[in-house]
Formats: sequence, structure tokens, C-alpha cells
Amino acid sequence: MSEVIKSTVAEFNITYTQFLDESGKPSQDLPSIAKDFDKLIKLYRFMVFLRAFDTKAINLQRTGKLGTYAAILGQEAVGTVIGELMQKEDILAPAYREYGIQLQRGMKIQDILNFWGGDERGNNFANPHDFSMCVPIASQCLHAAGAAKAVQIRKEKRVVVAVCGDGATSEGDFYEAMNVAGTWKLPLVFIVCNNQWAISVPRHVQSAAGTLAQKAIAAGIPSEQVDGNDVIAMHEVVEQALDRARNGDGPYVIEAITYRLHDHTTADDATRYRSQEEVDQAWQREPIKRIHNYLVANNKWNDDLETKLQEEMKAHVAEELEGYFNMPKPKATDMFEHMYETLPDALLEQYEIVSQG
Amino acid sequence: MPEITLVEAVTQALAYEMGADNNVVVFGEDIALNGGVFRATDGLHAKFGDDRVFDTPLAENLIAGITVGMAAQGLKPVAEFQFMGFIYPGFNQIVCHAARMRNRTRGRLSCPAVFRAPYGGGIRAPEHHSESTEALFAHIPGLRVVIPSSPARAYGLLLAAIRDPDPVMFLEPKRIYRHVKQDVPDNGEALPLDTAFVLREGNDITLVTWGAMIKETLAVADQLTNEGLSVEVIDVATVKPLDMDTILQSIAKTGRCVIIQEAVKTCSVGSEIAANIAEKGLFDLHAPVKRVTGFDTTMPYFKLEYDYIPSEARIKQAVMETLEY
Repeated sequence: MSEVIKSTVAEFNITYTQFLDESGKPSQDLPSIAKDFDKLIKLYRFMVFLRAFDTKAINLQRTGKLGTYAAILGQEAVGTVIGELMQKEDILAPAYREYGIQLQRGMKIQDILNFWGGDERGNNFANPHDFSMCVPIASQCLHAAGAAKAVQIRKEKRVVVAVCGDGATSEGDFYEAMNVAGTWKLPLVFIVCNNQWAISVPRHVQSAAGTLAQKAIAAGIPSEQVDGNDVIAMHEVVEQALDRARNGDGPYVIEAITYRLHDHTTADDATRYRSQEEVDQAWQREPIKRIHNYLVANNKWNDDLETKLQEEMKAHVAEELEGYFNMPKPKATDMFEHMYETLPDALLEQYEIVSQG
Repeated sequence: MPEITLVEAVTQALAYEMGADNNVVVFGEDIALNGGVFRATDGLHAKFGDDRVFDTPLAENLIAGITVGMAAQGLKPVAEFQFMGFIYPGFNQIVCHAARMRNRTRGRLSCPAVFRAPYGGGIRAPEHHSESTEALFAHIPGLRVVIPSSPARAYGLLLAAIRDPDPVMFLEPKRIYRHVKQDVPDNGEALPLDTAFVLREGNDITLVTWGAMIKETLAVADQLTNEGLSVEVIDVATVKPLDMDTILQSIAKTGRCVIIQEAVKTCSVGSEIAANIAEKGLFDLHAPVKRVTGFDTTMPYFKLEYDYIPSEARIKQAVMETLEY
């Protein structure tokens, strides 16, 4: 019997982009953003601010002044660049580790601390349309698809950005959102912040797929991998995806490779499931030192500037804490105030019980 | 004006509100060119076009999730689940997001959406097409659960549901989709939510029901009236939040109550109504409250569905026992 002829009907490849290596040295010819030092210093300053905030938030939890908190240590570049590139009128559908984006879009430190401090008012931040932090994994991806459909119906030039983690790509919501984004050609960019760990479950247990970016192939939408700890690479890749979506060319999936240097949350102990050696190696790839080294190598940064920046950011964070510490406890009746636009009569009796203390 | 069925009243309400409010969009599985498997969206695509009437991929969780996203961004989505038995993949989005968006954001975002689903048995359908699980949603703070039982109430309550600023589960009793016809003026007048409707006034006993069980309940009420009894019939209509005032006022008058529902007995809307009566109407009662319900079994395949759904005989027996107590 002759060999069966099978023709190839579909092929794909996934690219990976990096411009700065672990030490901050160019790993290929650099794009124009690499010479925009004002921009790079702005991004660097913001990343340092994020780390100062993150460190402080962990300390607040450790000293009993905050509830469980999800740190962003090591992932600062991803959010910093997305926040920089999104337009004000764009719509963000975040998971719960996207402070880097949110702090550039109207959310304040006080809001983030209120959220983790057990107070819904943290989600009532100064942005009229961004979704608030989303705890059920990947479910925000469908909100993003719905928001993008609304944008499309109204023929607006806005882009919706959904951010999720590597674990979220195992959820049906992620697949369903990509699928509908593809078939409806929605102005929607998915950014998978692959920090290698979904609490204790490592990336390779999550999926046998060689990359998470390739999950977009089945949905018929383009995708790529990028070094999520390389500010320059992130900027290149995210900018073109946002431009593309804004120009009506449809959705895109970006897998940003990074690493969760801290525990999943302050309630977690990562030493139970991963080695210190792995974490030590990941520290060599972290994003802040990388861009710092690049700026120093180009004589745009020095120790004096660094010392001043560190002090400035600590002071900045300390100032913002006042609002959180001075936030009065919500009234007990606040439980009822926003259940419905108008409290149904059926709830009045329960409301009265609470209002009378 | 031609008389229309309950399902035609749904279509009429959708068309009216789509004409009145550009933010209303209608979507689901097979709802565009096909007009829905029950034809509830018949003609809407031709009238309002692709942008406002569209089919989704076949994923109920997707339908629920994009509804939340659209509603949070100012649209008024009306999503159709093809059958309530397929709603469960969307449960997470409805419970975790639709019901909580306003509360979570302290009113910054909200979810002015309607989730429509044909529900209940009685049409000889395959497995998973016949359950009555309204109590699952009635349990969730932040949701409204509305069930029409006539063409006029389907029209008026659906208009109210779409105009409501909060999420509404609008469950359509498909057994009576085409049971009766009524003259329903297409005047855009909504009926009140959170309000029970007294369909028959009477002094001897109060029958409390909703959805398709209205059919058997009214038939029994008519029989009893012919036998000289005075029967009050209440259509609860909004099963969450409950209008207990109307029910309690009726019981203060009649002193006797039978609750009739198609759903299973345990932890049901009927349980909640009975508990409220025990809390607030106990001393008005001359007899224990009785419940005539579906059984605490899996909804049987259709050969036995009318052994499961409360019959006129079961209702009548419960009424007689209550009257003779």
C-alpha cells in the first residue's frame, strides 16, 4: 500500500521579541524608542515607584494594616508599558495584579489599598469605564469582549485591553473571549502576563502547549511572545497591537514572559513548591535593573539620580498612605446602598435592622 | 388589533424597546436570521440589522460574560439563553459579576441587562430542556427574577426589565408560550416589577403561583368558583424580590393559602413564601400553608413530565384539604 498523502492545510509560528538581554545590553538592533531617553526615564521612574509601593504594601500586610495582598514584584515592566500606551478613552479589563496599568489610569494607591484592605470603595476610582479588579480567574476576558463589542457597535476608535495570567489561559472564559474576538474582529488586545506560576502550579503543568501565545491560533487571531521584563520589547509589541486594534484590524494576543518573584499573595508561601535557586535565577532577569543598566550604559542615569529617585518614591508612597489610613470604616448600611440602584421594598426590613445597629 | 401569544408579546416588547432606545441590543444562539428556536426574536434582525441583533458563538458562559461587559459600558443588552437548562455555564458570570457589578464598584459601573431564558417543562423536549430552577437565581443578592404568565404581563414586564437599571433574569414559561392569546396594545407601557398581581379576588382561600402553573391554578379556581367558593389567585410575577405585602394582605383576608409551583419543593421560592407567611402571617391562618410542587427528583424525561408537574387534581386536593382543615 502506498503512503497516504496528507496535505498541510494550516501552519503557524510564534515569534519571541527581546531587545535588551538580562544585563541590559542590546541583543539586536534597537528600535527608535530605545533612543527616546525621556520616555525610558519616565518608564523607569514609574517602575521604581511601583516597586516602592509594592514593598510598602507587603509591609502593611505583615504588620496587620492590610488584608491579603497580591504583589507585583518582578512584573513591573508589563503594567508600566501597557499603562503608558493605552489611551485615556481605552478600556481596561484587569485581573488583580495590574496596578502598574491602573495607577496610570485614575486609580490611586489609596484605592488599591482599600481594595486589599476589605473596602469596596477601592473599586470606585477615578476612571469612568475601566473594569475593577477581577478575582474569578479569566472572567474579565469576556467583559473585555463585551466592552469591545459595545465599542464596535458604536463605531468608536477605542481599544479594550484584557490582562490575565498564565493560569487564566486554562479557563474557558479565555478561550471563549479569544474565539468571539476573532469571529467578530473586535478591537481587543489580550495580554497574558505569564509569570510562570499560578499559585503553586507551574507553567508546564498548566498546559502542554509550547507557548501560551499559540492558543490564539485556534481562535484565528495573531499572537506573539515578548520578553515582558524588557521595557523596549514590550513597548514595541504592545504599541503595534494597540494600533492595529484601533485601526480596525482586529484582536491580538501577546504573551509577556515574566516571573512572579514574590509569593502568589501574602497568604502564600512559595518555598513550599519552588526552589530558591529558581527564584535567584529569575532575579537575574528582573525588569528594573535591566533598564537601569541600559540607561547607565548610555550615560543617562547615575548613582546620584538613583539615590534621589529612591527617596522621592518612598516619600511619594508615604504621602499617599495617609488617605488610606484616614479612610473611615464604611457604614454598616453601605452593604445595602449599591445592591440595586433603588433598594427594593423587600430589603427595607433588613436595612432597618442594620441601620439601628 | 390582532390578539397575540405570550411569545409574540416578548417579540413585541423587544421590538418596541429597540425602536425606543438605540442602546438595546439582542443576541444569543440562533436568534438572528432564525429568530430564536421559539421565534421570540422573529423579525428583529430584519428590522434592526447586524449591529443590534446578532448570533453568538455557541457558548452560554460567553453570552453571560459579554452581557456583563456590554452593560457595564452603557448598552442595554438583552441576552437569550436558548433553554434554562443550558444556563449553568453562564452561572459564574451572572452570580459573580452581573449581580455584583454595581455593589462592587459602589455604583461606578452597573449591569442594566436582561437575561432571557425559556424555562419549565411540558413541551415533550429532551433532557435538560424542562427544569424550573428560578430559585437558584432568586438566592442571589443583586438579581431580579421575573416570570410572566400572560401575553400582557410578558409585554409589560419585559419592557420594565429592559428599562430597569439592574440585571433581571427574565424566565419565560415556554409551556404557555402559545397557550392563550390576548389583545396586547403595543403602547410601550411597562408593568411594575417587584409587584405581585391579583388575578382573581376572593375571600375563602389564596392560591399563590407564577409562570406556567397559572394555567392549572386558574382552571382549579374556575372550578371552585363554579362550586360556589370564593378564590383569590395571586401571580407572584417577580419571584425576587418578593412582594410579600400583597400575599400577606390576601391571607389576612382568606386565612388559607396554597402555593403552587412547578419547581422542586426543597429550598424553593415556595419555601421562601411559606417561611415569610410563618413569620408574619401565622395568626391570620386558619390552616397550615400547603405547597403543591414538582417533586424533589430530577425532572423526568417527557413521558412522565405531567406526572411531575402539579396537576389540576393535585392542586384541587390541596385546596380542599386546606379548606376543610
